[in-house]
Amino acid sequence: METTNSRQPSSVLDLTEREYKAGFVTDIEAETIPPGLSEDVIRLISAKKNEPEWLLAWRLKAYRHWLTMKEPAWQNVHYPPIDYQAIVYYSAPKTKKDAPKSLEEVDPKLLETYEKLGIPLRERAKLAGVAVDAVFDSVSVATTFRGELEKVGIIFCSFSEAVQKHPELVRKYLGTVVPHSDNYFAALNSAVFSDGSFCFIPKGVRSPMELSTYFRINSANTGQFERTLIVAEEGAYVSYLEGCTAPIRDENQLHAAVVELVALDRAEIKYSTVQNWYPGDKDGKGGIYNFVTKRGACRGVSSKISWTQVETGSAITWKYPSCILQGDNSVGEFYSVAVTNNRQQADTGTKMIHIGKNTKSTIVSKGISAGHGQNTYRGMVKILGKADGARNYSQCDSLLIGDRCGAHTFPYIEVNNSTAQMEHEASTSKIGEDQIFYFQQRGISAEEAVNMIVNGFCKVVFKELPMEFAVEAQKLLGVSLEGSVG
Amino acid sequence: MTQPLLEIQNLHASVAGNEILRGVDLTLGAGEVHAVMGPNGSGKSTLAHVLAGRPGYSVTSGTVLYHGRDLLAMPPEERAREGVFLAFQYPVEIPGVSNVYFLKAAVNAVRKHRGLPEYDAIEFLALVKQKAKLVDLDEDLVKRPVNEGFSGGEKKRNEIFQMALLEPSLAILDETDSGLDIDALRVVAGGVNQLRSPERSMLVVTHYQRLLNYIVPDFLHVLVEGRVVLSGGKELALELEEKGYGWLEKEPPAVALSR
Repeated sequence: METTNSRQPSSVLDLTEREYKAGFVTDIEAETIPPGLSEDVIRLISAKKNEPEWLLAWRLKAYRHWLTMKEPAWQNVHYPPIDYQAIVYYSAPKTKKDAPKSLEEVDPKLLETYEKLGIPLRERAKLAGVAVDAVFDSVSVATTFRGELEKVGIIFCSFSEAVQKHPELVRKYLGTVVPHSDNYFAALNSAVFSDGSFCFIPKGVRSPMELSTYFRINSANTGQFERTLIVAEEGAYVSYLEGCTAPIRDENQLHAAVVELVALDRAEIKYSTVQNWYPGDKDGKGGIYNFVTKRGACRGVSSKISWTQVETGSAITWKYPSCILQGDNSVGEFYSVAVTNNRQQADTGTKMIHIGKNTKSTIVSKGISAGHGQNTYRGMVKILGKADGARNYSQCDSLLIGDRCGAHTFPYIEVNNSTAQMEHEASTSKIGEDQIFYFQQRGISAEEAVNMIVNGFCKVVFKELPMEFAVEAQKLLGVSLEGSVG
Repeated sequence: MTQPLLEIQNLHASVAGNEILRGVDLTLGAGEVHAVMGPNGSGKSTLAHVLAGRPGYSVTSGTVLYHGRDLLAMPPEERAREGVFLAFQYPVEIPGVSNVYFLKAAVNAVRKHRGLPEYDAIEFLALVKQKAKLVDLDEDLVKRPVNEGFSGGEKKRNEIFQMALLEPSLAILDETDSGLDIDALRVVAGGVNQLRSPERSMLVVTHYQRLLNYIVPDFLHVLVEGRVVLSGGKELALELEEKGYGWLEKEPPAVALSR
């Protein structure tokens, strides 16, 4: 046969500039402290937020511990050293006085920003049925549908507000899943975190709507260090979604967040992320360094925590949403789509720690690499000695587009109980020239062909997302891979 | 004579630097079925792929007019939307993309190009049901990922099924008979025959005369070393069956029979 795949690599691999639609800057007056990190800066942040003494003490403890730590170097990503003294640790849009009491008091420019991003903060229209907490640089600017949630006893507010209004709850759970000394970036976050979302679902309550936080970095040279804490009491249920974007800037910006989830007996938390931080340009200039610690504790029997993430943005992604399966019969899930195009690098995966009996975990990871992107799955499944009847199913698939990108898989498995059942499947495939030609010969463009193949590849993860966001995620994936075929 | 559907003139093409087509001339009128036969390596499949615009095949000289337009200037998807269909000899598998989803995207891309309204899911499924009968395609295969795990025969049926849905004006069948047993060949050929119409021309590329017992061509061309060395009516197929290709390779006839 003369028709073997002898095509020159040029046309499938031509990379053009991708369009990052959230890359605008909002021109708003901000209160920004000078760059640099010291105990004084931490005291200043704490004072600005009018925090209780115990919280300041906790921050300082974290800071002092951080000073003794070294930035981790085991991950499969490469970047120039971060100058922690060049980062601004607090920036907030200026408001007339104190925090806005209602949406009417929120700066219209901010509302406009979120409208532009497709996140209406006015309680109506498209996202009706989803409560949103909007975090702009270092502070939460608005939280919608609070009244409706309060009726059923759900607390959903900014972290700062929770510290003021529900200090006993914050104090009880803060740092119990991710301790202040957990890792380099978590310790840094514990010292300087500025805001984030707090969510408390009391016993027996199923949240009547999706809760979501929308993170936006706006100011230049500013790090974003938000902290999210979600507690679901006995029998409670909540589905939570976070989204993130940032303007296009030539400098790299640091985002080091911490998310802690606590599920008590029979509680269920479903946490979905659509991460679209600015990924840098096609040559790797600029972009967000995303170093995030996310962990959930299934403390109660038959509790369940499910992580779903669609990671399309950031120059560097370093995150491992994990589950500690402490309660008997508890369930942990991790569904992930990670895309690296152009010069993006991702090292992401999960940890499932089985402690209780008959605990079950599922890992489905889909990595897509295009351009010069490097995509690493790193995961750990650990079955402790007392975890009788523990089960894990892991599936790690990689899809390559072009021949200058890379996919890497590091699955760690540690089993200390002979009754455990473990399954691991992995595959690597490449979108071939002959596949794309087959689509083209049927009238479908190469770009659309890649979209269809990628969406088919990610289907099992997308179906875990809340419906409205599954559609968004699909579109986002299309945008992220724009120009990955020529 | 009205304008021919396809006019190939002095077509030269190479793959990875090797010249495969060395001056092909071929003209297809509307509604005609032409068979192209030839020994292995004569350039039959290359001709099929060059017409469809497969990357990696470079045309070094010559022209191809389709409906009077320069076919070679169009990107492959535009050729498809303009009605050029290639039934592949080795249809590729597309994991994760269901056949029906793939075909709906294809049919709607073609319809959009022609200024027709796109089908919705319900209309399209009705169409699928109707066309699947043509080649006796199991409806289960419609829902499965494109060609994934299909047998050789199922893949070929799927190609003809796609052709039925896309309603091309030029269908190129690249060795559709290869790998088929006699029953599957009958089914596939039966499907092709039902799709013959005055608006549809076909270029049937085959190595064996066998297929032409089922799909009877109006004209037959013999390709040897990248050139058409002999053209004639369907009776030429029988002569080839008897004599083989050897005599043509050794001493090409001085004058090709005119069509």
